[in-house]
Amino acid sequence: MRLRILQLWVLALLVGVWYVLTAPGLIPNFYFEQDNRAAFFFGEPQKVFWVIVDWFATGEIFRHLAITLLETALGFVIGSAFGLGIGLWLALSPTASAVLDPYIKGFNSMPRVVLAPIFAVWFGLGIWSKVALGVTLVFFVVFFNVYQGVREVSPTLLANARMLGASPRQLLRSIYLPSAMSWVFASLHNAVGLAFVGAVVGEYLGSAQGVGYLILQAEGTFDINTVFAGILVLTAFALLLDSAVGAAERRLMTWQPRASETEKV
Amino acid sequence: MSNDQAPALELADITCRFAAREGGEPYTAVANATLAVAKGEFVSVVGPTGCGKSTLLNVAAGLLEPSSGSVSVFGERLAASQGVNRRAGYMFQADALMPWRTGLGNVVAGLEFRGVAPAEAAAKADEWLRRVGLAGFGDRYPHQMSGGMRKRLALAQTLILSPDILLMDEPFSALDVQTRQLMENELLALWAEDRKSVLFITHDLEEAIALSDRVVVLSAGPGTRPIGDFKVELPRPRDVSEIRMTPAFLDLHREIWGVMKEEVLKAYQRQKAA
Repeated sequence: MRLRILQLWVLALLVGVWYVLTAPGLIPNFYFEQDNRAAFFFGEPQKVFWVIVDWFATGEIFRHLAITLLETALGFVIGSAFGLGIGLWLALSPTASAVLDPYIKGFNSMPRVVLAPIFAVWFGLGIWSKVALGVTLVFFVVFFNVYQGVREVSPTLLANARMLGASPRQLLRSIYLPSAMSWVFASLHNAVGLAFVGAVVGEYLGSAQGVGYLILQAEGTFDINTVFAGILVLTAFALLLDSAVGAAERRLMTWQPRASETEKV
Repeated sequence: MSNDQAPALELADITCRFAAREGGEPYTAVANATLAVAKGEFVSVVGPTGCGKSTLLNVAAGLLEPSSGSVSVFGERLAASQGVNRRAGYMFQADALMPWRTGLGNVVAGLEFRGVAPAEAAAKADEWLRRVGLAGFGDRYPHQMSGGMRKRLALAQTLILSPDILLMDEPFSALDVQTRQLMENELLALWAEDRKSVLFITHDLEEAIALSDRVVVLSAGPGTRPIGDFKVELPRPRDVSEIRMTPAFLDLHREIWGVMKEEVLKAYQRQKAA
């Protein structure tokens, strides 16, 4: 509780500083020559707040938010599924992984955002070009974690399961998958963020709806308050998605010891 | 064909060479080792650290294919192509429990892999949890248990399948002395119920004598092989903490230690040199 109060104080302080530095005529100018310049470049917190209230009151934001969230969710789910599947396959098949190794390294070191214009050509300006960008970003994060996770399965655990009579299929289900899961969840937090990046960057580069589109439009008219409003809304929803992943993780990973949990018999 | 006269486990002329990394000499862990465990016999193998005891056990389990030599289980040749030794249960030195499964989940694993109906498997697992003294702890995860409890869980996990041969790789070496003696007594009690064949690996000579019918001493590595074979004719049932005080035990200990000491020193010198 004490911590929450301190955290709220930090927020209040930040908004306060923002307000004091940008409100026209409140303090003497020390950098800009005109009173309203600071507000022009950095927006004003109370105006940003009213833009957000207005979006939700009129319902204008929902259509855009729904599109962006849909792109994010699709990018996240498809990218993670591919990452998990291909990560498992390559980790369990040394030949395939040795053959594909340079290509994987190549794709991974490529700045994949440059693919966005190509995806726009291939998949059009609808949601799928954004989903495709999200998938390429999410895939590698999940893929490398699954690959690593499967590679680091304890050999003792594997030998034990084999001695207990597990078939290769049962080994996959009972040992490899659960063992890789903790790595997967660690990567999913990053993956959610990257799926968002894919969606919004895709929208910047060409779209007719979505929060990225709203931000781009506002930027075109130098409406900084709306740009900040869009950024804040995106951040809030990214946090929300991240906590959803966190909740799923806590539910599925009950077996993991937590730092606070030292109870033993 | 399997038959009752053949030893439960027979390692014949086993040699294990490991390819060296980066073009060095290949390392011969075990050389021309021959060892048999009769039906219902409790055999301990002692040797200095790093002498290839675990290698020998992995060969017996079918987890490791020897470079040469053969493994027979009840007279039947164990071929690498057939996978692991299906008649053996293996208790590992390190923790081998599945951390994502509860105590009960870990104990049922073997039955589950064999396709036993879940309800039946759970009932049997409950019974085994009770037998190893973990009744009521079935819903705990391994990380919520102490080292001794985890060992008991591992014991239940292995014994629930009723293996004809029990392979144990220093299973109690990580436990404190008191817990260890308790576990040794519990192991003997469980073993006395149906007298499986046991191959027990340890570096602790006292533990080996207290538990076994026969103690085999291995030479220091590389090229480990048995160099001594001693019958332990102490009366059963035994209490491992009391039997250590008896004159017969001490005589035997002195006799075996006389053979083992030199090997331990050799291993020590080699480690110091490396």
